Amino acid sequence: MNGDQGPSFLTLLFAAGSCAGAIAVVLSRNVVRMAFWLIVSLGSVAGLFFLLHADFVGATQLLIYVGGTVVLLIFGVMLTASGPLLKIPTSPAETFLSAGIGALFLAMIVSTVGAVDWKAAAETIARQDPAAGPPVSGEGYNAPEEGNTLRPIGAALLGVRPDRDLGREPGPNGSIALSTGYLLPFEIASVHLLVVLIGAAYLARAKRRRDRDSGESI
Amino acid sequence: MSVLAAVDSLGDLFEETWGLSSGWTLALAAFVHAVILIQLFAVAPLVFVWLERKVSGRIQDRLGPTRVGGRFGWLQGLADGIKLIQKEDLVPTAADGMLFRMAPYIACVASFGGFMVLPFADGWVAVVSDIGVFLLFGILSLEVLGIILAGYSSGSKWSLFGGMREAAQMVSYEIPLALCGLIPIVALGTLNLGDIGRMQSGWLFPNWMIFHDPFTFLAFFVFFTVATAGCKRAPFDLAEAESELVGGFHTEYSGMRWMFFYMAEYGSMFLVSAVAAYLFLGGWHTGLAPLDAGIESLRGFGRNTIVEGFSVGSYVANLIFMVVLVTKASLLVIVQIWVRWTLPRLRIDQVMQTCLKYLLPMSCALFLGVAVWPLLLANALGRTSLIDWPEGWSRPLGERVPRRAAASDELRVTRVRSAERGVRNAEPSGDSAFRTPHSELVTRHSSLVTSSNGGAR
Repeated sequence: MNGDQGPSFLTLLFAAGSCAGAIAVVLSRNVVRMAFWLIVSLGSVAGLFFLLHADFVGATQLLIYVGGTVVLLIFGVMLTASGPLLKIPTSPAETFLSAGIGALFLAMIVSTVGAVDWKAAAETIARQDPAAGPPVSGEGYNAPEEGNTLRPIGAALLGVRPDRDLGREPGPNGSIALSTGYLLPFEIASVHLLVVLIGAAYLARAKRRRDRDSGESI
Repeated sequence: MSVLAAVDSLGDLFEETWGLSSGWTLALAAFVHAVILIQLFAVAPLVFVWLERKVSGRIQDRLGPTRVGGRFGWLQGLADGIKLIQKEDLVPTAADGMLFRMAPYIACVASFGGFMVLPFADGWVAVVSDIGVFLLFGILSLEVLGIILAGYSSGSKWSLFGGMREAAQMVSYEIPLALCGLIPIVALGTLNLGDIGRMQSGWLFPNWMIFHDPFTFLAFFVFFTVATAGCKRAPFDLAEAESELVGGFHTEYSGMRWMFFYMAEYGSMFLVSAVAAYLFLGGWHTGLAPLDAGIESLRGFGRNTIVEGFSVGSYVANLIFMVVLVTKASLLVIVQIWVRWTLPRLRIDQVMQTCLKYLLPMSCALFLGVAVWPLLLANALGRTSLIDWPEGWSRPLGERVPRRAAASDELRVTRVRSAERGVRNAEPSGDSAFRTPHSELVTRHSSLVTSSNGGAR
């Protein structure tokens, strides 16, 4: 993105790709083709993240949404896609209802985006004291434009916010109240995932049935 | 995403010699670099197909290709390519035409995309990313989409079976692949492939990650096994299994589209081998400290020859290092070929069992081990490396991170120039922070730590 010169060619390309993919998902009737267009749409969103220097979010988008979810989707589709389930017919009522919900959601997003004063926000970011930035640009580390987009996120997930705390003036008693990171949400998410994993393993385990007469498991 | 430093300097050259506008020169320079990268991606299969025929021939007590291009059949790959281009492009009537035509491209693009973040030498990389390994695995995991779509859209039962097997195999083998990739990364503390390469400078023993500790040593073999399975190579090539499924997912394909699948396969074989070379085998370094130092001393020679920031010496040094890296990766590809023609194919249940019952627990145990290793070493020996004899053979990993002044100078010149031209919105504030001396940052950091400690008291 070139700031003043408007969006770059690649930004427009990926934006068009994500919108066209999303529209094609809605318009196509075949489940696997929908999955393909979903790949196009989600992959273009990942491309937009890369253009905004958000490498980690972009790679996660590729790995989790494009790679993981769509593989599982295709997996499920291939097990079920036969005869009546291959094409999904929609009744007019369904079309009307989902179009209404989609239009409302679009209106909400448009109004939200329109409510932000982007010029003022850009000036605020530019005004921030560069000395208060994270200790990422020292000798041996890359500048953000060269791919250093991970350290601030990693530090914040570990509960440290050097981008906020470094270079701050100490308070009256000579101490700084440190900003909090995202260690607690991060840990909650990991425990949640662990619970889901154990639950899935419990549900998917081989069930043993008892034979009534002999009492032996079969 | 990143400053494409090489693209910028080539763009400068075009701008100065032909007087084009900066936007066009950037596009042209990016095109030139992409074509160079595609050449590597296209020539690798050409060579490896010949190698595969030759190695399989020798293993089976045959001669392999002997006619095309002299005694050793050097041009067999080219002959194969020409033959495949001439063939008719068939689409079965039962197939889903659009997806059938699209699937080879997805597989090919996913495999090729991984080369974006792969450095070929220090600084010779299209996209510098601090999450390089993660991004590379993320892109590479998309190859399976092409295979599954091919299997589904062919409208053939053989293909569907092949696609299903590939899906099951990939979903399970990605877990040990990621875990094994993490094992050296836990020891190194970075995901940046360039930094990973730089950290393994010096003598191969004990500076290469494979010799770092017993866990990384074992992890290399697990990683290589899993990576072989990830490229659906024999003995894990259940997706094609020509003795059962005719050709598996590519049964219905012919000509160029079939070739795209093979380009993707050989491309990703080379890619995972190069990643294995980076994670375990010292990246672009030869492993002989004096030789590496000699090549490094070429850097900075003949600076600013054609354009500002370009150095002939650095170019030659990078070229030598690239040859070293490509040699390492090719040797690993040869091992993959050797394994393919030596071991029989596993059954699908055996493939799953190998992954979930053996490789996965092994990689988990190795991961735990490598996490505990520094603690063990510090308590038992009181130092950070297993061997510190002779003196100076192994420096602590962290000391090897900072990049040399020469390389960062070159990058800085390019970055400042691109910022001046307004090609990217490289903020000048970020640049001044980049020049902040390390010592000052350390002081600032330590003052923060002391003051926060004071606050806690």
